[in-house]
Amino acid sequence: MSEVMGLKAKLGLDVFKHDSEPHIRIKAGMEKDPRLKKAVLVCPAGLYSLNDAGEVEFTIDGCLECGTCRLACGTEVLEWNYPNGGAGVQFRFG
Amino acid sequence: MEKFDVIVVGAGLAGLAAAYTLAQEGLEVLVLERGDYAGAKNVTGGRIYLNPIRDLFPDLWEKAPLERFIAHEEVSLMAKGKSITVRYSGEELRQEPYQSYSILRAKFDRWLAKQAERKGAMLVAKSRVDDVIMENGSVVGVRAGGDELRADVVIACDGVLSLTAEKAGLRKPGKPHDFAVGFKEVIELDPAVIEDRFGLEGDEGAARLFMGEVTRGKFGGGFLYTNKESLSLGIVVGVKDLMEGQPEVQAPTLLDDFKLRPEVASLIRGGQTVEYSAHVIPEGGLKSLTKLYGNGILVAGDAAGFSMNIGVTVRGMEYAMASGYYAAQAVLKAREAGQYGASQLSVYEKLLNDSFIMKDFQNFKDVPAALDNPRFFTVYPELATAIMSELYAVGAGPKERIYPTIRKHLTFRQLWDMLGDFRKVRKL
Repeated sequence: MSEVMGLKAKLGLDVFKHDSEPHIRIKAGMEKDPRLKKAVLVCPAGLYSLNDAGEVEFTIDGCLECGTCRLACGTEVLEWNYPNGGAGVQFRFG
Repeated sequence: MEKFDVIVVGAGLAGLAAAYTLAQEGLEVLVLERGDYAGAKNVTGGRIYLNPIRDLFPDLWEKAPLERFIAHEEVSLMAKGKSITVRYSGEELRQEPYQSYSILRAKFDRWLAKQAERKGAMLVAKSRVDDVIMENGSVVGVRAGGDELRADVVIACDGVLSLTAEKAGLRKPGKPHDFAVGFKEVIELDPAVIEDRFGLEGDEGAARLFMGEVTRGKFGGGFLYTNKESLSLGIVVGVKDLMEGQPEVQAPTLLDDFKLRPEVASLIRGGQTVEYSAHVIPEGGLKSLTKLYGNGILVAGDAAGFSMNIGVTVRGMEYAMASGYYAAQAVLKAREAGQYGASQLSVYEKLLNDSFIMKDFQNFKDVPAALDNPRFFTVYPELATAIMSELYAVGAGPKERIYPTIRKHLTFRQLWDMLGDFRKVRKL
């Protein structure tokens, strides 16, 4: 048990259902906004990362819909909604 | 166009409690849930305290799928490489009716939804509410997946971010300072191993909190609850502290490092992680509650901000269920008058004020500020464990006397700062 389970493997345990569109988007032109960098720290699923150009990259796959990035970055930076009905993470334990 | 007496947004504890109560009184209630089933999007640490809500739902508890009743409370002060743990076991915790239970929400909420349906409530899953329908300044229904659904009252129980209450103009997006984020693993483990490892008899359970180094001194802590056949292990940390860095750490790392602590590793050894979940928690207390009602709308549960961390207990689910119950009572009262404007629905606030909910929020209104003291998460765990380390140490030479050993750590400066902290703690 001394090995740390990677985030990908951890998220791979969860049930996710495909959505027709990403429910969170970085608003156009906001890729370099300093507020976005907060998401890199706060996202429990590690979906935000900083690339070599200093821009924040984001993937929606594995989103736990916790809402932390909406609080940390704000709605000026992120277009934020929940996934469509029946899509996204479906917790079996919760 | 379909018209209901009440539309409840969100099949969590607040929404289901409201639906259960209203359906019991014969009202036509529609519950809209965006997940595949009730509980699919819901997360807890977690444990639920039953005493405050037992009598609100007298028929509910006997068959409720709760996990273990909590008979042992443990708190650990975590410093770098050191920790102190206090375990409290009280006979009153082992007597029925039990005070609190560990709980898994996907299981419990699904069951609670069945009970509400049995009373006559209608649950529609896989349905996301996209907007409220406003007419002449009143909420008259919701839009969900292209459908327009109308009701006398909408109860927004759509969780901590409540986009429904936001769209109805009852709240703004929250400030990071008023929220924490919790993330946890459910780790399956043989029940016999759980009982052995945590010193439990039968259905007894243990609740453990860890504060200090586990959040790198940031506001929050680690938690562990024993379920029937699994452990819920996770971290809660203030969103603002996490954003600000000092030290900079990514949330997932906190949980990974927590699991590697020898104190924790030995508890989860041999376990199989089966789920990873996360959720924001409202922790701003009284001052960050949202508006609770408007024309044709009420707000309950996390959506209203009804969750509270006072350090020793972290509570939300019983506030959710009770506020759902009182929202239902408010609807019933407004129904007598046949009017659902804000002035009729304001009875909700009065009901809450007379209940344990607002009394708790009033009593503990200064707690968020008092706990917002990094010294609790840095200085005290380090200090307490450093003293313990020296008290227990036997080196090659002669052992130092006990009093000077302690006194050495408690400098005048240290005592002065402690006095200052103590003054603030009196507000707890």
